[in-house]
Amino acid sequence: MSEPSKPQGRKFQLPEHLKEYKGIWVIVEQERGSVHSVSWELVGEARKLADKLGVEVGAVVLGADSPELNAICGDAFTYGADVVYKVTDPVLADYRTDPYTRVMTDVVNTYKPEIVLLGATTLGRDLAGAIATTLATGLTADCTELDIYMDNRSLAATRPTFGGTLLCTIQTLAYRPQMATVRPRVMSMPDRDDSRTGRVVEVFPALREDDVITKVLSFIADREQNEAQLAFADIIVAGGKGLGKPENLKLVFDLAKVLGGEVGVTRPLVQAGWTGFDRQVGQTGKTVRPKLYIAAGISGAIQHRVGMEKSDLILAINTDPNAPIFDFAHLGLVGDALTILPALTDAFGKRLSVNRLAG
Amino acid sequence: MHIVVCIKQVPDSAQIRIHPVTNTIMRQGVPAIINPFDLFSLEEALRIKDKVGARVTVLTMGPPMAETSLRKALSLGADDAVLLTDRKFAGSDTLATSYALTSAIKKLSEEETVDLVFCGKQTVDGDTAQVGPGIATRLGFQQLTYITKIESIDQGAREIVVHRRSEGGVQVLKTALPCMITMLEGTNTIRFGKMDDMFRAARYGLKTWNKDTTGAEETKVGLKGSPTVVSKVFVPKPRAQKATMVEAEAPTAEAQAAAAVEAIFGAQPKLADELLARAAAGL
Repeated sequence: MSEPSKPQGRKFQLPEHLKEYKGIWVIVEQERGSVHSVSWELVGEARKLADKLGVEVGAVVLGADSPELNAICGDAFTYGADVVYKVTDPVLADYRTDPYTRVMTDVVNTYKPEIVLLGATTLGRDLAGAIATTLATGLTADCTELDIYMDNRSLAATRPTFGGTLLCTIQTLAYRPQMATVRPRVMSMPDRDDSRTGRVVEVFPALREDDVITKVLSFIADREQNEAQLAFADIIVAGGKGLGKPENLKLVFDLAKVLGGEVGVTRPLVQAGWTGFDRQVGQTGKTVRPKLYIAAGISGAIQHRVGMEKSDLILAINTDPNAPIFDFAHLGLVGDALTILPALTDAFGKRLSVNRLAG
Repeated sequence: MHIVVCIKQVPDSAQIRIHPVTNTIMRQGVPAIINPFDLFSLEEALRIKDKVGARVTVLTMGPPMAETSLRKALSLGADDAVLLTDRKFAGSDTLATSYALTSAIKKLSEEETVDLVFCGKQTVDGDTAQVGPGIATRLGFQQLTYITKIESIDQGAREIVVHRRSEGGVQVLKTALPCMITMLEGTNTIRFGKMDDMFRAARYGLKTWNKDTTGAEETKVGLKGSPTVVSKVFVPKPRAQKATMVEAEAPTAEAQAAAAVEAIFGAQPKLADELLARAAAGL
């Protein structure tokens, strides 16, 4: 990455009193005892940045004290944290902006990290926007790349803008901490090292439920619903406008079923009402990183591309040999998705059933 | 009940093109629209007005041309409109923007107490989703983002019950007014304006305020009030390699599919093993 051009007429020297801020933090996102994988992706990324800077990685785990929460603290070490800030209070059992913001503001002001990272999730984006305001510092949203500019040891946070048509690199030079949210699945999952341990700093914020205005009446878990779980699928078969009409989406579902994968779509299909928003892959939908992404009848608009280009292997099927998707897919097949999809479903079916008979 | 809806005029991102030679954004001829995510919030505010009665003020910060977006909102049924415009706001990042908007909302509250602030989930140009939370935090309002449904609103008890999307499900939350809400996209259908609202919108004398009108401090707005610095803007680089085309022995879909399966298995032997193991286990 090239060095930045310095903006004119602005102060960007770090004031003396902010120089004591040290270390990179990740706020670990847990909901009802399960951690969002973006948190571990970020601990892995923080490890790399911290090694460059020669500082510690801190993982902040908030919630009600429980065996699950202790297990999460242990996991944070195995993924690369040096110190875990374990912040427990019964009021923190469910995520609510107000108590989480108050507690995080205090903890940041007490321990003074130079960088604070969160997942660009519903929780992370909600919390980050509030904390950056209480701390009056800079926040870069929805990043896809993080780096350190070594000349001034500052965080360079790169993010898509204008619907993914441009990327920009943003810095917070004269304020601390430097904050960023990062999209799930763009950083790779770090390998676990079960021999790693570290320090635990316990924080007891002594909150009072009576002071919290927002109450959680109930929680309707997705696993009790029939929604797509695209973000974590290993295999995704996706369809675009090249499928022609809504009935043809069935061909995509058939192939996904044979492969045990999920179905994704482009934005125009959601807008046309072919399927629900939960299946949309792209800038305004989900970012995915499956092992295999089969794009059928998708031209490869930039808005779709930013949501799926990190897939391990992309097979694109399109009648137009000049479609932009062939510029970034790994494998290309020029042909009509309407005939290729059923043929692929058969071919995979045969290939996999042969093995079952043999086994 | 006084509801303020914050909107932003944005270029229609679907129509932005990158100049192939200079790699810069081509804005010429790109229409300006109300940020699409704001419309879901505006619609929800108008529904509250229809249901329980409310005065809806629409607020935007931007250049003088943003007036057209305010008139559009008036034509949909908003009662009043404020354009916050000042060269001193230029270059504001999200922290400075939320500060400037908050100064205007506080001034509106002097005229009639603001009970609810609606913002878009995020904008389609900046995509930060930070201005709504910034406003809520500065106003000391409860913050309700990614709302899929307003279940009930009780003006007497000043209580509101909402459904909020989280990563693993939906939280049903009860809170007190005042609060700041961002609606999730696709949660409602945006109405068509009524004829008399359209006429009213065209003639309406909307308020134009600047930094001094709202009493915003100069050090907290514009570039001076913005902690973040854009150090580089660039076009994503294309992947160095184009796709390897799957070549089949015959030009039939069957032959192409068979060749594609072999190409996938060849490129990802680990994935092939997993698939075969899963198939063997009968999954």
